[in-house]
Amino acid sequence: MWVNHRLLLPVFLLMLVMFVTCVALSTQAGKEIMDKTSAADLKLADGLGAWEQVYAVLTSPRCINCHTATTYPQQGDDRHRHFANVIRGPAGKGVPGLNCVSCHQSENADSTGVPGGPNWHLAPLSMRWQDTNDRPLSSGVVCRALVDRSRNNGLNAPGLLKHHEEEPLVLWAWNPGRRPDGTMRTLPPLTHAEFVAATRTWVDAGTPCPSAK
Amino acid sequence: MATFQLNVNGQSKQVNVDPSTPLLWVLREELKMTGTKYGCGISACGACTVHVDGIATRSCVVPVSLIGDRAIVTIEGIGQDPIGRAVQEAWIEKDVVQCGYCQSGQIMSAVALLKAKAKPTDTNIEESMGGNLCRCATYVRIREAIKSAAGQI
Amino acid sequence: MRAALKLENDLHLNRRSFLRVSTAAAGGLLISLYLDLPATAQEGNQAPPPKVYPPDAFVHIKPDGKILITVNRLEFGQGVQTSLPMILADEMDADWSQVVAELAPAADVYKDPFFGIQMVGGSGSIAHSFQQYRELGAKTRTMLVAAAADRWHVTADQCRTEKSVVYGPGNQSARYAELANDAVRKPVPEKARLKNPSEFRLIGKRVPRLDSRAKCDGSQKFGLDLDLPGMKVAVVAHPPVFGGRVKSLDDKDARRLPGVRDVFEIPLVKGSGVAIVADKFWIAKQARDRLKVDWDLSGIEHADSSQLWTTYRELARTPGNVAVARGDDKAIDGIPAARRMVAEYEFPYLAHTPMEPLNTTVRFDGDRAEAWVPSQFQTMDQMAIAQVLGLKPEQVTFHTEFAGGGFGRRAVIDSHVQREAAVIAKRLRGTPVKLVWTREDDVRGGYYRPMHAHRVEIGIGADGMPAAWRHVIVGQSLVAGTPFAVMLIKNGVDQTTVEGTSDTSYNIPNFHVSAHNPTVNVPVLWWRSVGHTHNAFVMETLIDELATRARIDPIAYRRKLLKPEAKKLRAALDLVDEKSVAWRNNLPKGHAAGISCHESFDTAVACAVDVSIENKHPKIHRATVAVHCGLAVNPLTIESQFQGGVGFGITQLTGAITFKDGRVEQRNFDGYTPPYIVDAPVTVDVHIVPSTEAPTGCGEPPVPVISPAVVNALAKLTGKWYRTLPLVTI
Repeated sequence: MWVNHRLLLPVFLLMLVMFVTCVALSTQAGKEIMDKTSAADLKLADGLGAWEQVYAVLTSPRCINCHTATTYPQQGDDRHRHFANVIRGPAGKGVPGLNCVSCHQSENADSTGVPGGPNWHLAPLSMRWQDTNDRPLSSGVVCRALVDRSRNNGLNAPGLLKHHEEEPLVLWAWNPGRRPDGTMRTLPPLTHAEFVAATRTWVDAGTPCPSAK
Repeated sequence: MATFQLNVNGQSKQVNVDPSTPLLWVLREELKMTGTKYGCGISACGACTVHVDGIATRSCVVPVSLIGDRAIVTIEGIGQDPIGRAVQEAWIEKDVVQCGYCQSGQIMSAVALLKAKAKPTDTNIEESMGGNLCRCATYVRIREAIKSAAGQI
Repeated sequence: MRAALKLENDLHLNRRSFLRVSTAAAGGLLISLYLDLPATAQEGNQAPPPKVYPPDAFVHIKPDGKILITVNRLEFGQGVQTSLPMILADEMDADWSQVVAELAPAADVYKDPFFGIQMVGGSGSIAHSFQQYRELGAKTRTMLVAAAADRWHVTADQCRTEKSVVYGPGNQSARYAELANDAVRKPVPEKARLKNPSEFRLIGKRVPRLDSRAKCDGSQKFGLDLDLPGMKVAVVAHPPVFGGRVKSLDDKDARRLPGVRDVFEIPLVKGSGVAIVADKFWIAKQARDRLKVDWDLSGIEHADSSQLWTTYRELARTPGNVAVARGDDKAIDGIPAARRMVAEYEFPYLAHTPMEPLNTTVRFDGDRAEAWVPSQFQTMDQMAIAQVLGLKPEQVTFHTEFAGGGFGRRAVIDSHVQREAAVIAKRLRGTPVKLVWTREDDVRGGYYRPMHAHRVEIGIGADGMPAAWRHVIVGQSLVAGTPFAVMLIKNGVDQTTVEGTSDTSYNIPNFHVSAHNPTVNVPVLWWRSVGHTHNAFVMETLIDELATRARIDPIAYRRKLLKPEAKKLRAALDLVDEKSVAWRNNLPKGHAAGISCHESFDTAVACAVDVSIENKHPKIHRATVAVHCGLAVNPLTIESQFQGGVGFGITQLTGAITFKDGRVEQRNFDGYTPPYIVDAPVTVDVHIVPSTEAPTGCGEPPVPVISPAVVNALAKLTGKWYRTLPLVTI
């Protein structure tokens, strides 16, 4: 017999230790890998979930009414075409004689029912969130448009967050003023703080977009 | 009530009104300048159009508190401007008016157009005048008068 | 040489009768009506003596040579403050550059010679006052010449006149201004020589409007612009359903606003409302917004559009009261099914929305009152104000202000706006009060062109022409229950419901028209061209449809179907054909031509439009319009009326007032949309049939032709027939 019975036990013990170590090591690594995978997955899931919240705000009337794909803005919760043939014009500011600022001043005019904010104008066509039939674009399409720096005025992810936090026309959506009939305009589905938090989560997750078209 | 110092047709005017009062009613009832008209009160018809720092502005929806020291020009003063005068003369020469109630606003909008575009196309005219309502429908002659004025400037 | 102007015998009065109005002793309103025909009517029986109109009520020659001519009409866009003075000035040989026009206050002498009340409507200003103003001018001239002849000891026929100067046989000359004081002492001649048309200097010429400059520099005052010392401004809170009443009122917040003077309930023509009086309009409006009114809306009908349509459609399927019964009403049943068709039409309520919101200013002084009203109905409005104030009409000095449009909205039988103002003025005794209706008040305040349903069964002959026609019309009566009912309701049918169909110029055999005039709790009113609005739409689209089925050109079909005696209409149709054939045969791809023709208020109009579809809307590139209105007094004004009138007519394609549970669903121009520049034809060329016949009106005749012409063009582009207005989808 070549296996010396005197070495069997130490080899066995060594192999046992090695085995146990390996198992222990691999479990630890797996756990770390698993932790890393879970953490990543969770962050992604959180990010995508947060994006859906952001999307819900962006496609609510107070925001999407000025992110049209057409030659006109929209108004109202039913997002009908703006009255009096108001149009986009070459720079999204209307046309001479009928500019956005012909009526919309730097703040809301509650006594007359006209909303206002600094530099009131339409988002450029590159930032449209609807199709030419006035239907909101899908979550994936809007998401990709938002992060496309060739279309979003060059904003990176932190820039997007800051935009959602501080841009006056964005803030307007949460202080939209009174309608001509005296009733208050409806607000977006989240508070501004919730909207910023959701944006932050989305940004932290690397601004993921849903893969569906 | 608050006091406002307004720059109207180059003159300084002081008024004492509720800050939420639209510029239209300040002009008409405080300053007794009735050339600027009330047609709808919701900026849908343009009868109330004045210029504020050169921009056509619908005075029925702008509270006087938001005007500040910006220069206001009304129909009573637009004739001091060469383009304003050309537009008024074209309007008269082309016999545009019928009841005339909307025409102050039409003229103010047309002047804003011509100041931005010396030779407006039919499309330019339709877009810039697109929000000015005329129930007598003098639109055909409005178009002619704008083109005529463009030729005179 | 054309036949001499046969004016007197050609003053064609259609079936309207005179309306004599007087107040009963107790301050109530008594309208006595009797049929009355002009002195020169062919029938010539029991004609009343012709009215004598004193020239000095119409012409005032000032020492500086200015000639002030008083116009017995409201000026609300139609140009009458230029065209009536033109007529008088021409016969007077006045220097036109010295003529100034003013609008007459309410007085007997300014009543419409045919209608017998002071009013503007029925496109009657020129038609009814042409002769009158000619005579006034001629008589004034006669008196001036008589004064000069006296001065120079010559005879009148040795003198001649030109541009406000009388010239004698020698070197004598005298300006009218110098002669005025003497002339006014001369007797007013019973008759004066009228000019031969070849002598006209102004009549027939394109004379620019007198009021242009003031309307372009902001100086023209309208009723709403009135400012009087000590004046207050009032607005009224109206119930949300017609006829509602104030149950309770909380005005604490309203009264707290500085400048609010009074808040009180007032009776309305139906129901009650709340008046707010303040120093300025904006304060009054703000106060009204803060008013909390609990309305009693019980016991009154709550009009609802969808319910009304159900009722109207059912009614249209049953015969109504007979308006026309010509031929065999069973003839249609004998026509094979393949050559029978049924068409059902629906027309919504329409608001007039003239650009100047409704307003009236009144000051009550106890034994007198003064009123300033942009009014189409001076006699009626003056009477209503007097009645509310317990005065006789002549105790109310009534000024006619320039109006920012009207289209019928300022001629209301119940003078409801004036009554509101008078009630408020009574309470504010001594203080003038301007009542203002906001645009929301106007859009929601009623007095609409009624909604209508039509059902037409047509039996078509083998030759493609109509062989039988059975037509039911459903719509509220405009005059039932009013003093005008006697005049306009025959056999239970309000003639204004069926006009345009019942009096068709088409030679349709076996022609039966009947109507239902349901009662609905919505106040209704004549809207520029009245019954012709919907009736012409139905007739002209059906005629076009028949032409298409028969594969006959739409103009040729009309020529074939028109009665031979429809001379004016045939002439207009021929002229529109001539003036549009070149472009009609040269249309770009995607364009189509649409044709229509219609006679209303004795004026015949034919229309051809070039239409394409842009952004799902009809784009009208061009309209060619031909008109036969007899003698064209001022072709420039006529051209404007037709250019504007067809633009106005597009309202039928764009506007609708609808009801839900008694409430009007629209608020302002953001919900009720009249035509903007993009909706109206880009160019309109107008052609007038040369004529020396008596002039007929141009205010309303442009309106009925445009909507059917546009829809006839659309039908060629889409293959669809549009029978429901407004046009929502094409």
